[in-house]
Amino acid sequence: MIKLEHVSKSYSAGIPALNDVSLEIEDGEFVFIVGDSGSGKSTMIKLLLKELDPTDGEITIGGKNLGRIKRKQIPKFRRGIGVVFQDFRLLKDRNVYENVAFAQKVIGEPNSHIRKKVPIMLSMVGLAAKYRSYPKELSGGEQQRVAIARALINEPSILLADEPTGNLDNNNAWEIMKLLEEINAKGTTVIVVTHNLEIVKVMKKRVITVKKGTIVSDSKQGGYDDED
Amino acid sequence: MRINTFFYSVKQGFKNIARNKMFSLASMATMAACIFMFGIFYIIITNFNAEVQKIEEGVSVTVFFDKGLPESDILSIGEEIGKRVEVSRIEYVSAEDAWNDYKEIYFEGKEELAAGFAGDNPLANSANYQIYLNDVSMQSSLVTYLESLPGVREVKQSELVANTLSDFNKLVGYISGGIILILLCVAVFLISNTVTVGISVRKEEIAIMKLIGAADYLVRAPFVVEGVLIGLMGAAIPLVLLYFLYQRIIVYIADKFNFIGSMLEFIPAHTVFRTLIPVGIFLGVGIGFLGSRLTIRKHLKV
Repeated sequence: MIKLEHVSKSYSAGIPALNDVSLEIEDGEFVFIVGDSGSGKSTMIKLLLKELDPTDGEITIGGKNLGRIKRKQIPKFRRGIGVVFQDFRLLKDRNVYENVAFAQKVIGEPNSHIRKKVPIMLSMVGLAAKYRSYPKELSGGEQQRVAIARALINEPSILLADEPTGNLDNNNAWEIMKLLEEINAKGTTVIVVTHNLEIVKVMKKRVITVKKGTIVSDSKQGGYDDED
Repeated sequence: MRINTFFYSVKQGFKNIARNKMFSLASMATMAACIFMFGIFYIIITNFNAEVQKIEEGVSVTVFFDKGLPESDILSIGEEIGKRVEVSRIEYVSAEDAWNDYKEIYFEGKEELAAGFAGDNPLANSANYQIYLNDVSMQSSLVTYLESLPGVREVKQSELVANTLSDFNKLVGYISGGIILILLCVAVFLISNTVTVGISVRKEEIAIMKLIGAADYLVRAPFVVEGVLIGLMGAAIPLVLLYFLYQRIIVYIADKFNFIGSMLEFIPAHTVFRTLIPVGIFLGVGIGFLGSRLTIRKHLKV
């Protein structure tokens, strides 16, 4: 379970990026976080990854209070969370296989284990045939699939997707969302930060709307107030 | 660190060097120049010290004793002097020996004149000790001690030689130390620059590594490996070069400049490099390690 209790975050300028935010996300949930640019969505992602610490309040993930995690324990904590970005963040000088294997190498998995696991993960995202391709040879949707495979290969219990369809056309965006839904169906908690209102409305998942650093609505079934 | 993460770090360290060829080469060249200069200074100083040592070995202090002091007393004083740490060797010259030496020099061919002194040694009170030192800089402390001994009439020392040698030795040490220090600072700076460029080139990869959950040491290790490799290669190249150059130069000087060869005796290459190689490698690796560690601390917040 992910739990934010009265979380605030102010940057040096003093304007709060998040202001007294409280929410709970159950294990295995699929949640959209929506809001305008600068509403505090990305700050929330950074807080969940412990890239930032809250100015006030507490964050608990899987029973662990993030404020009590020591610096040395951060890498181990992050292995339980997969992250996907709008710009994919693939290593351009490495092929599909190497990009996915990279996530296992940096946590010290043995090569024999990596050789078995990467093809399985690439099959899951539908890229088994393109394992030798380099990012520039792939479409945006394919690149995002590689990023998802990389995020999932260490078997995280949570997947954070920050605008995963932001750089994709409509078809690719839907394919990625279907993939995320499949991943969620297997038990992974999926949190998607997005601007894509159509996807949010159609998928009928829980939607948390953030505005000027505060949660203005939390709808269980895809409700999204886009009057603004 | 697991064995495969160790090899991963080493491999990435090599890759870093390959990615920043120009910066790596510049750092290696500077490091090589530093170690080369260090090597030259070391060789000069080692040979110079050996020569100074030879000269120092010839510098002695002479002690004369009070009139009428029995020889047994002089010998027991000699035993005490011989125990001092400053003393490398001590030679006793009895009044008899002193007169015999004098006769040989000043009455050569006029032995009948010297015979006039038979039974009446004019140098009866000239029994003395020639004291040779371990280190010329210790001369003044030894002289103070000798002068304080009861029965000692006079202590003769070559203060000028001792001080000049000692001061010159220090001066050479300070100058070469200063130059080497400056060069080493330049090397640290350049390695630091190379690693900074490496970090900025791999910024994206580092960010991904951190998000995936790579341990801090795994993010840092490739840059430390990079610095150490630059230091190692930057040290090995000039040391090999210096070894062969030194061997050739000492042979060349001995062949072409006989007068230098007769004055100076060069230390054999294997003796000089037995110390210079490990010291040079340690310096190179140490500077590489230091340069990369400092940069990582500054630029790589993990």
